[in-house]
Amino acid sequence: MCGIVNSDKEMFNIMNSTEINELQITACKARLYALEGIFNAKSGHPGGSFSAADIYTYLYEKELNVDPSDPHKADRDRFVLSKGHCCPSLYAVLALKGFFPVEELPKLRKVGAMLQGHPDMKSTPGIDMSSGSLGQGISAACGMALAGKIDNKDYRVYTLLGDGECEEGQVWEALMFAAHKNLDNLCVIIDCNGLQIDGTVAEVGGLEPLDKKLEAFGFEVFKMDGHDFSSIEEAVSSAKKVSGKPQAIIAKTVKGRGVSYMENQVNWHGAAPNAELYEVGRKELLESLAELGGTL
Amino acid sequence: MAEMVVKATRESFGEALCELAKTNKDIVVLDADLAAATKTSIFQKAFPERFFDCGIAEGNMIGVAAGLAACGKIPFAASFAMFATGRAFEQIRNSVAYPQLNVKIAGSHAGISTGEDGATHQCIEDIALMRAIPNMTVINPADHYEMLGAVKAAVELEGPVYIRLGRLAIESVNNNDDYKFELGKGITLRDGKDVTIVATGLVVREAVLAAEELAKEGIDARVINIHTIKPIDEEILIKAAKETGKIITFEEHNVIGGLGDAVLSAISEKCPVPVKKCGVYDRFGYSGPAKELLEIFGLTAPGVAREVKAFLGK
Repeated sequence: MCGIVNSDKEMFNIMNSTEINELQITACKARLYALEGIFNAKSGHPGGSFSAADIYTYLYEKELNVDPSDPHKADRDRFVLSKGHCCPSLYAVLALKGFFPVEELPKLRKVGAMLQGHPDMKSTPGIDMSSGSLGQGISAACGMALAGKIDNKDYRVYTLLGDGECEEGQVWEALMFAAHKNLDNLCVIIDCNGLQIDGTVAEVGGLEPLDKKLEAFGFEVFKMDGHDFSSIEEAVSSAKKVSGKPQAIIAKTVKGRGVSYMENQVNWHGAAPNAELYEVGRKELLESLAELGGTL
Repeated sequence: MAEMVVKATRESFGEALCELAKTNKDIVVLDADLAAATKTSIFQKAFPERFFDCGIAEGNMIGVAAGLAACGKIPFAASFAMFATGRAFEQIRNSVAYPQLNVKIAGSHAGISTGEDGATHQCIEDIALMRAIPNMTVINPADHYEMLGAVKAAVELEGPVYIRLGRLAIESVNNNDDYKFELGKGITLRDGKDVTIVATGLVVREAVLAAEELAKEGIDARVINIHTIKPIDEEILIKAAKETGKIITFEEHNVIGGLGDAVLSAISEKCPVPVKKCGVYDRFGYSGPAKELLEIFGLTAPGVAREVKAFLGK
């Protein structure tokens, strides 16, 4: 485990409270758009979309070298959403960043929409890899990192996995590959919200001790609070300074974060709220947004 | 005439990769601990910095190939046909074909001619699996010269391609100097009016030999070599159906989902004629020397001739 010492902190561009507030506003808007899209589609995955929303926000607003006006820029940083079902809030973060109009967001999962139920790199600007079948995105991220090494490029590749997703054997094939090929331009973030469809990850899959497993597989391991932007900044910035080995960040998160009746509830993994509950959730998020000083 | 070459198509594949990689810097090769068998070892020796052994992890290998392709590389991912298309089927479908990424998949040791390793390694379903995936091109070269052309065509085509490689050294059949590999085009190797024999892969040469024997018995058989099973050459098949009235197919693959079914689909609407599908009859193979197995399964010239005569009622 890699601890953060004060001398490290001085190396970071520590965000001030205004910057953090802006990120919180963006993440809250992303949750609102995601909830609206899922409600309209009468389907989708709110739980994991909300646990990951702050991580997407930090990456796209503060970390990734990407250009919304040139989504295929050759030397850009890459992001692969390995847990593809959690795309509604990612789509919202991409739209808010300017990759495509926010007017696309309410059309999520509709016939002819640019926003598919799971990410489609051919139809959505800003999506670097099609994904949705669990365990596959991390391998593609390894391939992108390897391509960067072959061409001596200095871009970095980030991928976000679910903790339940780590039950897929392919994840461990990819982790072994990344460490064996010294892909230090790869950062694997695991959204540990503790829940999967059939119950808790502890009950269903028995993933722990995840940190020790990742270390044993050759990763430099960091931990962060996936809803605290200072914590995210610390972990992502520390990971970036590692050379010679890939990095993993274990993100402690709350599934359904932001909507009280969804938080830590397994049944909100892949369900859309009815009209009444939609209004309750929307009201809560709008109140949070107002408290943060933001407006839609 | 070009020289008749006796060589396994996997060997020709390795040579073709090396030749093309000299001028195309984007070509990279992945293998899953079978480089010596798939003959990507030939490439590995020549271009070690562009060869990546992914270990015995085919699913991850296909995903890595997809990521490389998303960054502009032209990755060839090789393993035995069984593991490349079987173990990694869903990675090929979702990470390669759905996003139309420029990944070339090479499946070696295809068919029963894998021989002594037995049923677990004799893939007789790869063509069926790959042709069922949208966006996928499927090529099964018949000999050395065809493999050289096929690999070049795969590099020139932007998109996913599956190439089938054989283990057994076989005599080349495309020895004419004007031989040209054209993706999606069948080749009439012998004209005839009584029946059309459509073959793919190593059975092509056996079909030519069988047609020569049949000619001595007064049966005038046309022989068509189908190297590109998807997209298949409908034109040459419909013409053959019209002109010969009967088609018989031969492949080193299950008769379900392979060449035979592709031929049926190609003609059934526009010119339905009787079609007999020959190959592996929905059963597993077993251990034994390749040549003996091919004889037992009726995929050598005498077997082909026997089936054709039975089909014609002679």
